[in-house]
Amino acid sequence: MARAVTTSRKVTYTAVAWAIGFAIFFPILWTILTSFKTEAEAIASPPSFIGFAWTLENYGEVQERSNYLRHFWNSVIISFGSTFLGLLIAIPAAWAMAFVPGKRTKDVLMWMLSTKMLPPVGVLIPIYLIFRDSGLLDTSFGLVIVLTLINLPIIVWMLYTYFKEIPGEILEAARMDGATLKYEIIHVLTPMAVPGIASTLLLNVILAWNEAFWTLNLTAAKAAPLTAFIASYSSPEGLFYAKLSAASTMAIAPILILGWFSQKQLVRGLTFGAVK
Amino acid sequence: MATQHSRAAARLMVSPAVILLLGWMIVPLSMTIYFSFLSYNLLSPGMEEWIGFLNYEFFLTDPAFFAALSNTLLLVGGVLLITISGGVGLALILDQPFWGQGLVRVLVIAPFFVMPTVSALVWKNMFMNPVNGLFAHAAKAVGLEPFDFLAQAPLFSIILIVAWQWLPFATLILLTALQSLDSEQLEAAEMDGASPAKRFVFIVLPHLARAITVVVLIQTIFLLSIFAEILVTTNGGPGYASTNITYLVYAQSLLQFDVGGGSAGGIVAVLLANIVAIFLMRMIGKNLEA
Repeated sequence: MARAVTTSRKVTYTAVAWAIGFAIFFPILWTILTSFKTEAEAIASPPSFIGFAWTLENYGEVQERSNYLRHFWNSVIISFGSTFLGLLIAIPAAWAMAFVPGKRTKDVLMWMLSTKMLPPVGVLIPIYLIFRDSGLLDTSFGLVIVLTLINLPIIVWMLYTYFKEIPGEILEAARMDGATLKYEIIHVLTPMAVPGIASTLLLNVILAWNEAFWTLNLTAAKAAPLTAFIASYSSPEGLFYAKLSAASTMAIAPILILGWFSQKQLVRGLTFGAVK
Repeated sequence: MATQHSRAAARLMVSPAVILLLGWMIVPLSMTIYFSFLSYNLLSPGMEEWIGFLNYEFFLTDPAFFAALSNTLLLVGGVLLITISGGVGLALILDQPFWGQGLVRVLVIAPFFVMPTVSALVWKNMFMNPVNGLFAHAAKAVGLEPFDFLAQAPLFSIILIVAWQWLPFATLILLTALQSLDSEQLEAAEMDGASPAKRFVFIVLPHLARAITVVVLIQTIFLLSIFAEILVTTNGGPGYASTNITYLVYAQSLLQFDVGGGSAGGIVAVLLANIVAIFLMRMIGKNLEA
């Protein structure tokens, strides 16, 4: 039975909720607005909210002065590359653990998770030295490998919780009908697993896109993704607010859009199924 | 159900993931442990020598370590305090019926998707800057002296920035948990004359306890390793005022090239994180059986 709510209460709730939502979102909105201002207007006092002369020149300048697209492309390669590689390794593992659980499956899952608890700083030096000595520093390839490994536990776990929900009877029925393992995977399991895999992909692209420990420590100029590129605005270029805003807006826009699609999966993925 | 054949296949399918993660965990970690017993500086290669626990002695008795340890605890504790209390409040509001629920949710969740370097720089320059930041404009507008956030309260400022990033996470998870609360129970309590405060304390809060624990533990894992936000705002300064353990180890190893000392610090960080991890793993493990 739904509770009846008076209209006046609903109006109050609406006003409060929108005010809070607006306040939380405001820094992002302000960044987007500032990206369309001139540098002079960006630091004008008092600041103007929408009554300024809108311009696109910051976007052009950011690209021209720092080859923005290259860093954007690096982010794409690193986040999608590490996610696809991770899925390639994790799908068979999660499948096996969900459908052919053994005595130690739970231990393996818990152990995988424990590797995620390892603070990155605990392995920073060896990874840095290995990368330096094998020429992987400042390469997208190196970052793809590291990000694959740090996100692998999350990928396995997310897939596992999705696969667990596929009813086992369907597989048994397929087996009774004489389906081979290969047939089972391709024709029975895959269609049912696709939504879970898609959600996992989405969340991991987001996590990899925003990863800012390894990307900052292992890249310089060449392979720097957007996280590291934006960090170069820390000083003194950060004082160019309009350009900082333009670069920031472009860096967060794709992920904001992807992220809004993945709200539900976020809870599940980031709590390792502890909250659904 | 599973045949001998499928068991072997299953093992084969799990092994690449296991081997990779095992390698990722064991190889670099044992190297860090090994380095932590060496006198090893990148500026003087070939001069490495075994010095036992001396690196640990130096690291743990360094005043910077105490500063970093207390900053780490303040950072984690401060962000948790803001995000949990704020998250519970926000979840309660968002759970009410109002127009535009979907849109407001989208607005509230947004900061979580902003990369750490962007949110830190936007806050640092466009809000907290004592000359051109919005807060300075606002202060001047009401006749106050602008406050130089990152110079005068560096750690507090970073706590605010990080809390803004993590508030959506706490809110989203607590909201999800709240939505699974049986509304009949609340209605029954209401009919029995329980005040909203009582309903919150005796029904809602106990129901949220588990989700709150999960949020605390997961955030702690991530918050112990806060790095980018410090790097682009204060560089750990002034002095060590905003240096946490992660940043201290980074500075020692990659800025001062002291591999031995940095490694000892890294191992200390691992041990600290493990204390939290043990609790988290227990909670998740319990859920796995259910």
